[in-house]
Amino acid sequence: MARISLSGLRHSYLPHPAGPQDYALKSIDLDWEDGGAYALLGPSGCGKSTLLNIISGLLVPSEGRILFDGQDVTDLPPDQRNIAQVFQFPVIYDTMTVYDNLAFPLRNRGFDETFVNERVTLIAALLDVEPMLNVRAAHLAPDNKQKISMGRGLVRDDVNVMMFDEPLTVIDPHLKWKLRSKLKELHQQLKATMIYVTHDQTEALTFADQVVVMQEGEVVQIGTPVELFERPQHTFVGHFIGSPGMNILPAAEEGGRIVFEGQTVAVEGAVTGSGGVTELGVRPEFVTLAETGLPARVRKVSDVGRHAVIETMVGDTPVKAVVDQADVEQGAEVHLAFRQDQTRLYRDGWLSTEAAR
Amino acid sequence: MRKRSLIPILYIAFLMLPIYWLVSMSFKTTNEILSGFSLFPQTFTLENYAVIFTDPSWYWGYINSIIYVSLNTVISVCVALPAAYAFSRYRFLGDKQLFFWLLTNRMAPAAVFALPFFQLYSSVGLFDTHLAVALAHCLFNIPLAVWILEGFMGGVPKELDETAYVDGYSFPRFFVTIFLPTIKAGVGVAAFFCFMFSWVELLLAKTLTAVEAKPIAAEMTKTASSAGYELGLLAAAGTLTIIPGAIVIYFVRNYIAKGFALGRV
Amino acid sequence: MKTENQKAWFFVLPVLLLVAFNALVPIMTVVNYSVQETFGNNVFFWQGLDWFEQILRSDRFHAALGRQFLFTFLILIIEVPLGIIIALSMPKKGFWVPVCLVLMALPMLIPWNVVGAMWNIFTLPKIGLLGYFMNDVLGVNYDMTQDPLAAWITIIVMDVWHWTSLVVLLAYAGLVSIPDAYYQAAKIDGASPWKVFRYIQLPKMKTVLTIAILLRFMDSFNIYTEPFVLTGGGPGNSTTLLSIDLVKIALGQFDLGPAAAMSLIYFAITLLVSWLFYTLMTKDDAQ
Repeated sequence: MARISLSGLRHSYLPHPAGPQDYALKSIDLDWEDGGAYALLGPSGCGKSTLLNIISGLLVPSEGRILFDGQDVTDLPPDQRNIAQVFQFPVIYDTMTVYDNLAFPLRNRGFDETFVNERVTLIAALLDVEPMLNVRAAHLAPDNKQKISMGRGLVRDDVNVMMFDEPLTVIDPHLKWKLRSKLKELHQQLKATMIYVTHDQTEALTFADQVVVMQEGEVVQIGTPVELFERPQHTFVGHFIGSPGMNILPAAEEGGRIVFEGQTVAVEGAVTGSGGVTELGVRPEFVTLAETGLPARVRKVSDVGRHAVIETMVGDTPVKAVVDQADVEQGAEVHLAFRQDQTRLYRDGWLSTEAAR
Repeated sequence: MRKRSLIPILYIAFLMLPIYWLVSMSFKTTNEILSGFSLFPQTFTLENYAVIFTDPSWYWGYINSIIYVSLNTVISVCVALPAAYAFSRYRFLGDKQLFFWLLTNRMAPAAVFALPFFQLYSSVGLFDTHLAVALAHCLFNIPLAVWILEGFMGGVPKELDETAYVDGYSFPRFFVTIFLPTIKAGVGVAAFFCFMFSWVELLLAKTLTAVEAKPIAAEMTKTASSAGYELGLLAAAGTLTIIPGAIVIYFVRNYIAKGFALGRV
Repeated sequence: MKTENQKAWFFVLPVLLLVAFNALVPIMTVVNYSVQETFGNNVFFWQGLDWFEQILRSDRFHAALGRQFLFTFLILIIEVPLGIIIALSMPKKGFWVPVCLVLMALPMLIPWNVVGAMWNIFTLPKIGLLGYFMNDVLGVNYDMTQDPLAAWITIIVMDVWHWTSLVVLLAYAGLVSIPDAYYQAAKIDGASPWKVFRYIQLPKMKTVLTIAILLRFMDSFNIYTEPFVLTGGGPGNSTTLLSIDLVKIALGQFDLGPAAAMSLIYFAITLLVSWLFYTLMTKDDAQ
């Protein structure tokens, strides 16, 4: 296992990138701690697979270095980096048995058969695939094939990092959950560094200790699931994580006060910086219906089970609220209250208020 | 990378050499050919081509070939389409046996059929017509077309058919306006292979024709009889037979590699 | 799942009629000849299975069959590996791919007798490019009208020239259908190029290679026009393959009975070997 550092990483798929728009990755500096469970979250095309392939060595970055435990591996090919990667679609060697599939990475590295047997047996037990060890891999169901793909990464006890590139895409929903908890379990048992790439926030938040959120080739926030939810550093994170996402409302600064639709709104703490485009951010979970406050009209009420989502209009701006009980009708005139310590100001997209004491 | 691309380059060079020689000879005079070796035509002449384009028995051979090949391609693809659809969508009594029997016709040596074909087509009065050759070539082209088309159709989800019926399409309208466009690559590939095998086959084409529908390739044998070998003329006629194939292949260049890959075994 | 529908027969009917017209009537004619003797004037005598017995016992048939198997064996053993090697070394994408494919497919689109004629003038001593090169530059005595070995080498090289591209096209189609992830996984698993070939590329090419081998078997086993135009079966009988011999008997000597019996035996062998190939190569999938 190793600590992985990325410094000044940039990558472009074009031979002669002209400007920032030509870069799939724009300047990434990141440290992955040894033994951590990370998720790399972002919408399709944000550069997360590119970043993953750079770490595994399938791609050589245009600029920047990759260090494993301080050792520069930027120019090393994948097989010398001691990494494991699981792909979106299960990759298995059709003509081999499950046993031979699992043994493949070890045999390629010249380990003796007693060791191979020991590791394969161990991993097969961990993955619950012992009964099928002598079956031809081609005949397995998709979820078992994906397990074997994972297993090929796990058999090696010297891997620096295990990477998963949207591994559950082709798996049936009820098996997704099973495989995900299996992964979590494996992480706890093996203490391996794992990086899990996904565009699905549920997968990211349930799997990872630390989530790295990416957008358009940039890392916008790194944090625990709770941090991402409660204090998004960027409006993109606020919007992308949570269901429904954070309310992002156009606001103006007028002599130290924050004004939204003609009303002053109190924010969590002191405002930093100046100028730029300012927006208010408040999660629907922290918007409540009140006697006084922002006047709003209810546009739609949807009951989603444990709670209800109320869509309202404040002036011309839609604001969503999540409440336990929806006792209002469509078209009703209501007042909204924002919880002050959960209301933040964003300047050009980035958080621009200090946390409440 | 450099070293690797040497193999295809060498292979293509090997393929082009005899073709180059044929083309180069077609521009030489008979005298130059017989007088000895020359890598390039010394006295460049278009005389051989002039002979072909002015003598009706030559250029009609060319036209005859194109007529029966086109006829065969159209017939083969048109009949194969519904059959391939049936094989890819339905189970019916004897379907597997029928499919296999069709394929066995692809295995029949043409030499076996030459004489009976002559008698068959003579007896129905089709001897020495374009239609006779076009129909005879169906023997090996229809199984091939059914095979290729079935492969392509198998790749189209059945839901497409069902959606169309739900939307109120009649079968013929669905087949022509929705289904055909989705498998047009397959139709192209099937048509290409039909064209190819009909164009290159000679044994049956020669057996079934005498004068009226004689293919260009058969015309070439006459260079041997009159005044010894007219190699220049032979080469020119040969060169001309390469051109239609080259044109057709250019149009399907992006599909040919996929052609058989989607067929079933 | 396919639905049961007997009306599907109507879709198949045109194909059935056309192919049956072309296949059944001639085959019946052949069967008819094969059990009769004629001295012309449409007078036939019942002969039973005598012709079959005669053909199966004749040294001439054995020799032609032996040459045919040798030819097909050599063709397969050269063209299949060569085709795979060329397909493996082709670029995966880019401008050159369609150019390569078009150039490679060109020989397959030349009428078969033109192929024979082309190779004839290519190999003529003194005036053919290859003939001149062999005799006058390398000093090797090369004349396929005299030397059986030279004739054999020439028809083999001609067939390699003519049909290897088919194997290349099919193998290439199989190769480009392999997702990149397989190669990436193999890199990470530390697989050598040989193992990548053995465990990824070869299994993924299996279907198309089965088709390639079947097609190459059928077509090389039935080959007639190209070697006939090139060598006429000579020198002597050295390159008289089955089809050539068949046509000699049927049209040259007009021995219809023996020719018909030979046709049927020939067809039966082609079917049998094709079926064997097919069963052997798809055996694993059935399990």
